[in-house]
Amino acid sequence: MTKPRLGVFKFSSCDGCQLSILDLEEELLTLVDSIDIRDFLEASSDSKGGPYDIALVEGSISTPEEVKRIRKIREESRILVTIGACATAGGLQALRNWNSLDRFKETVYPRPELLQSLDKALSIAAYVSVDYELRGCPISKDQLVQLFTATLHGTRPRLPTNAVCFECKRRANVCVVVASGVPCLGPVTMDGCGSICPSYGRGCYGCFGPADVVNLKSYATWLETHGIAPSTIDLLVRGINSYSKEFREWLESR
Amino acid sequence: MARIAMNRRIVVDTGPLARVEGEGSLTIEAEGEKVLAVRLNIFEPPRYYEAFLKGRKVEEVVDMVSRICGICPVAYQVSALNALEALFGVDVDEEVRRVRRLLYLGEWIESHALHIFMLATPDYLKVPDVSAIAKNSADLVRNALVVKKLGNRMMATIGGREVHPVSLKLGGIHKAPSKESLQELSLKLQSSLGFAKETVKLAASFEKPALERDVAFVCLKDPARYAIDEGDIVSNRGLHIPPSGFEDNFAEHQADYSSALRSLTKSGDSYMVGPLARTNLNYSRLHPTALASAEEVGFRPPVTNPFESIVARAIELVHTIEEIMVEVKEYAKPVHPSAKYEYCAGRAFGVSEAPRGILYHRYDVDSKGNITGAKIVPPTAQNLIRIEEDVRQLAPVILAAPPEEARRLSEMAVRNYDPCISCATHFLKLQIKRV
Repeated sequence: MTKPRLGVFKFSSCDGCQLSILDLEEELLTLVDSIDIRDFLEASSDSKGGPYDIALVEGSISTPEEVKRIRKIREESRILVTIGACATAGGLQALRNWNSLDRFKETVYPRPELLQSLDKALSIAAYVSVDYELRGCPISKDQLVQLFTATLHGTRPRLPTNAVCFECKRRANVCVVVASGVPCLGPVTMDGCGSICPSYGRGCYGCFGPADVVNLKSYATWLETHGIAPSTIDLLVRGINSYSKEFREWLESR
Repeated sequence: MARIAMNRRIVVDTGPLARVEGEGSLTIEAEGEKVLAVRLNIFEPPRYYEAFLKGRKVEEVVDMVSRICGICPVAYQVSALNALEALFGVDVDEEVRRVRRLLYLGEWIESHALHIFMLATPDYLKVPDVSAIAKNSADLVRNALVVKKLGNRMMATIGGREVHPVSLKLGGIHKAPSKESLQELSLKLQSSLGFAKETVKLAASFEKPALERDVAFVCLKDPARYAIDEGDIVSNRGLHIPPSGFEDNFAEHQADYSSALRSLTKSGDSYMVGPLARTNLNYSRLHPTALASAEEVGFRPPVTNPFESIVARAIELVHTIEEIMVEVKEYAKPVHPSAKYEYCAGRAFGVSEAPRGILYHRYDVDSKGNITGAKIVPPTAQNLIRIEEDVRQLAPVILAAPPEEARRLSEMAVRNYDPCISCATHFLKLQIKRV
């Protein structure tokens, strides 16, 4: 059997999701034996080029150069997988989509005219078709291993569709909203992290983006009737996945 | 690959620089033996963090700035908390500080192990990556991955996960780890101490280009310990200032070929932050085991060749493991995991030692706890001009070398600083142009 050809690519991001690949540690050595790593710039200076059986793409598209690059990667890849909140929904930097880019440039740089940025930082899917999404900020290593295993065996990876609440209940956590009045996005956020935040006694802040079926409008109303200020809910949703379809639509309806 | 153009302009372009965090390239322009320009071009897209932090609540900052860097999120979290907690006068419990320090030490182990073994050592062994090392030295790679994993496990045990941990908050921590869980890790780390000490010897044995020069080192100093999570800013030029003095002494500049701002001292001099600066200026504060390892390989300040950074990083790896063992022994679960505070308007200053060097944060806060302004100066931004200067000094050797060796030497000169380009633009390709 020929080894599947892998490419790992970075766009506008923090490197954290790519780092999760290196964080596989023991599994990493097995992985290196069973796949042909064609491109992984963060880990190797050996760039062999496409085509790729599987391309893992981290980061959002925020410059004209990135648009050209992602189109070329798509053309060369059989399966394209976005890894992380930036690639799937724009990430935290998509917060600038709600504001004027020029004002943002002026805030950070003394010579804003030198910078090439698109008006909006958007997901990979806004420019090319995507086969699978690994959610999260950062992604889950378990899901990453599952994705590799499925690809090696020619099957589809089984990724969660439920909300964080399901896993939170399985872990027998005391609900932070009900018991302590802490605002939590658990009911509307996709599972995958293993409900870490509620297990630490804090509210979920939506790293994995909207779950498959969500009713944010209804949940926000419920939170408000339980004494949580609309501005607090607004800021919570206006976070890492603010530009995901469901969260964005709700924010725009406010 | 070298190609000679019609106008006798020689361009050597080796493609994007690998094994660094982020995207950038290096260009050297030369006329014969004479170096005309060295440019670190950074095309990592700007993400405008300082702009979108405006209008957010102070409590949100810790989890937002974490996302500037997936390699050193704790550094961002701690610098931010140092700033805001100092402004509000929060009395953070000593045991809470210890938990944060342990989380930070976990990040140091993970980041240092990643850099030493996966990013830097392939250069010295002249192979493209760590998997090529694994073919001939499987034990080295296996042991390296064990240490790296223990760093990650420390982060996951305290912070819930390795990347972007969730346990820190303004005023304290969300949940304290059990002493038992930390003791278990401490014991495992103890069995990796021997390997860390061997790593110092391995790093010292690597053949390094000679690059001796007068260097301004800047790092943090803490009277009680080897400064990591807090301290005053000091240099080998007599500087000693509190975090609030940073912007009076250092300034960022923008170059037309870089989306990362670059720092100089106010008098216009370059400086170096990171492991080499720290081991030089805080040598006597290293744990005795780390000190013994340093002495054994003849690493004694002043050590000014930037290529010795890999040795400094390995010495710090030994130090970090020892310090974790000390801290875990003394740890008692905090009685007050979270302290109360009241908002006050003002300017907040915070620094800490990220694995790559000092990370400065400044926030402007209004009386309702909203961020009205932010400035973040990552370590890589402070090292960028030093990197260009190193490459310039090394240029005669690079220009005389065959293309592959030229690329290897240039990348090594950059990689000494373990640049984190994602941070610096909130980074590499080599181009050699000969006129």
